[in-house]
Amino acid sequence: MAVRRLYPEQPLSFAFTPENQAWAQREIAKYPAGKEASAVIALLWRAQEQEGWTTEPAIRAIADMLGMAYIRALEIATFYTMFQLAPVGKKAHLQVCGTTPCMLRGSDAIIEMCKEHIAEHPHELSKDGDFSWEEVECLGCCANAPVVQIGKDTYEDLDPELFAKILQDLEKGRPLKPGSQTGRQTSCPAGGPTTLLADPTLKAEKV
Amino acid sequence: MTTKPIIIDGKQIEVEPGTTILQACEMAGVEIPRFCYHERLSIAGNCRMCLVEVEGIPKPIASCAMGVTDLPPNKDGAPRKVLTASPMVKAAREGVMEFLLINHPLDCPICDQGGECDLQDQAMAYGVGGSRYDENKRAVEEKYIGPLIKTFMNRCIHCTRCIRFMTEVAGVEELGAISRGEDMEITTYLDRGILSEMSANVNDLCPVGALTHRPWSYIARPWELDKTESIDVMDALGSAIRVDSRGKAVLRVLPRNNDDVNEEWISDKTRFACDGLRMQRLDQPYVREAGRLRPANWDEALALAAQKLKEASPERIGFLAGDLASVEEMFAFKDLASRLKVANIDCRQDGAKLDPALGRASYLFNSTIAGIDEADAILLIGTNPRLEAAVLNARILKRWRQGGLKVGVIGEAAPLTYKYDYLGAGGQTLQEVADGKHSFAEVLKDAKRPLIIVGAGAVARADGAAILGMASRIALGAIEGKDVGGWNPMNVLHTAASRVGGLDLQLVPGKGGLDTAGQIAAAAVGKLDVLYLLGVDEIDVPPGAFVIYQGHHGDRGAHRADVILPGAAYTEKSGSYVNTEGRVQLTERVVFAPGQAKEDWAILRALSAQVGNALPYDTLAQLRSEMYKDVPHFARLNEIAAGSLDGVKALAKATGSISAEPFVSSVKDFYLTNPIARSSAVMAEMSALKKNMQDSPRLKAAE
Repeated sequence: MAVRRLYPEQPLSFAFTPENQAWAQREIAKYPAGKEASAVIALLWRAQEQEGWTTEPAIRAIADMLGMAYIRALEIATFYTMFQLAPVGKKAHLQVCGTTPCMLRGSDAIIEMCKEHIAEHPHELSKDGDFSWEEVECLGCCANAPVVQIGKDTYEDLDPELFAKILQDLEKGRPLKPGSQTGRQTSCPAGGPTTLLADPTLKAEKV
Repeated sequence: MTTKPIIIDGKQIEVEPGTTILQACEMAGVEIPRFCYHERLSIAGNCRMCLVEVEGIPKPIASCAMGVTDLPPNKDGAPRKVLTASPMVKAAREGVMEFLLINHPLDCPICDQGGECDLQDQAMAYGVGGSRYDENKRAVEEKYIGPLIKTFMNRCIHCTRCIRFMTEVAGVEELGAISRGEDMEITTYLDRGILSEMSANVNDLCPVGALTHRPWSYIARPWELDKTESIDVMDALGSAIRVDSRGKAVLRVLPRNNDDVNEEWISDKTRFACDGLRMQRLDQPYVREAGRLRPANWDEALALAAQKLKEASPERIGFLAGDLASVEEMFAFKDLASRLKVANIDCRQDGAKLDPALGRASYLFNSTIAGIDEADAILLIGTNPRLEAAVLNARILKRWRQGGLKVGVIGEAAPLTYKYDYLGAGGQTLQEVADGKHSFAEVLKDAKRPLIIVGAGAVARADGAAILGMASRIALGAIEGKDVGGWNPMNVLHTAASRVGGLDLQLVPGKGGLDTAGQIAAAAVGKLDVLYLLGVDEIDVPPGAFVIYQGHHGDRGAHRADVILPGAAYTEKSGSYVNTEGRVQLTERVVFAPGQAKEDWAILRALSAQVGNALPYDTLAQLRSEMYKDVPHFARLNEIAAGSLDGVKALAKATGSISAEPFVSSVKDFYLTNPIARSSAVMAEMSALKKNMQDSPRLKAAE
């Protein structure tokens, strides 16, 4: 994990949209009086969803909302890698899993493609500013490795061709189908069922 | 509650519930190495240096974070056995030490902490000789956390003592740890300077050389310094300090432990104003000639001063003692005045309306500083303890953090590091509380240990006596009908180190004499011929009178002086100081006064011979024995001769109208309150920084 720093160029201000503000108030109300700071992760996450990335004014604004010291909110924002401290691609930020199962199933090739088609380094914007990528730790879809997460969905069973198609679809704004890209259902065996092949209506043989 | 037995290295001891294994080991006389653990901070348990073995538990245990009562009992009910010297413990310590040293640079030869470094000492005692690590060491970006703290973040071992100190003791949540794991870095929010009056204590707490004192960096090695235990005079608390000197120079001031006063903290002013001891010093006598001061010798200066004192009639002479004067010189000062039959004498240059005739309790911090730990309601009247006595404010914060303390403030709504009820700005609110009309009056009524603190700013007003009277009535009302034992709820928080000593000496106008304001007014209209200032630098003396200034710094008093008698600063003389709670403490001479400057009592003795009325003591010991006859409690060092509640009752009799003007603190600029601090380059830098910070709304929010 690299050293995480705030991005040098920051927007001047941050404010929740009215809907998010109302949501934030409900979130804060979940915690007892004096423990408002417990809502910090939820609020930072919502701010990131709103802005695309976690900005310095957002960190301050949320710390003020929760009565926390700025440094405490900054600690949270820098501790969790889910908070993007630098601007991400306008169209998509790709989180490529590089943990062992994905690596064994070829995530290296996907990362190479990211370097080639998006940007040389993770957390760097592509030339048009539409894309960015990063390597992340296990996304919990090891049976469908390799996996890329975009937003809240994962795209599984990738190989360079399928990944190239995803990139093109993103580029053109075509809708994507989350889940396995090879067409298998969830994490069922890739070549069709391998167990329970007999007619389930028949009684199992006694061993 | 029952105690619990535990066997430590074969020695059985009984401990109170809540004791940690580390504390139990200390009770048993076994030293446990540690980095993150500190008695006065919360437990973090993240350095792992304090690992011990508990028989029957397979893995080593962090002794700082494990309570003795939390250990599951042995099956047969026998006490648990803790081993601190077993092979497992030895291996664990060596392992932890090796990990800590993996990323710690081997720059001890150029590190300021070298020689007083916990990591160095413990690596010698508990580490292994070599390292098996040959990767690159971690490099950390430099941080800026203010002009007082020099950072070498490569050296940081992430003990988080500094973070906990700033949050828990200084009460300013400024430091934090960003990122995590190996990349964890201690920093402030976006590298802004720390805005606390106590910040430099983190330099002492830092067990490695990551945070060191910037003003003293690369000046000296700890083993070259002469270490002298002394008392601080920057505020009226009398914090215990250790003054380190080399040759003729005081190089640094560090805190000493004194649970009754400063625990083990000191303010940044106490610590860093010592460079002011080398600047702007009066190192030889001066005489004003044709409007300009010219260097003179002692004979000339003393003769001139004596001649003026002899020529003037006693009622046209004024004697004023300043804020940094020790009891000894004030005694000689008073003695000289009475021999000259001068009644115009005062030690209250701020004009405090305190009258020693009412008894000692009328001007002391009666509840004592340690008494704050018991308080459950505090009313601050016209005081900002954060600026006037930063260490005392930390004590209030400590009590506040334990819960169950209500603080009310009448005066300025300043940031005090803890939450308080802001009652109002001035006399009207005080009146409401006194009449029981204010909601805070109920708080005081319900309090078991109420504490009323009146600041020097409120006492020094023209209506100071009435304010004191009303505050005393509130205090007496708050304990009325309650069984409070010896608790005295009325407190005066002084800001000058010399004030209580002066009041103990009855250094106030004699019969028909003029007080400070009276003398200044008399001088302005030409009714005063000679004014003798003993380190008086906080007031302007109008032209006209002949001013004899005796002091150690070329500050306001010296600029106005007609003859200057160079004296010694607090590190250059052995002198008694009485702190705000009435505790008599002794400073030690660390270095000699510069140039021809002399100890102040000796100057007064020499001058008295010149005026033909020699003081009857030739040594400091003789002076002290005379003084102890006069004021016996000065002889009882480090003790408080408590005043009786009668003093407060006498104070409560004072009535009078209180003007509507809001109460203000006597301290405007924390860093520039006395001539030593005003001569200090470090204090000047801090003062300027603080002003800049206050202009920036984003930074101000952090205060």
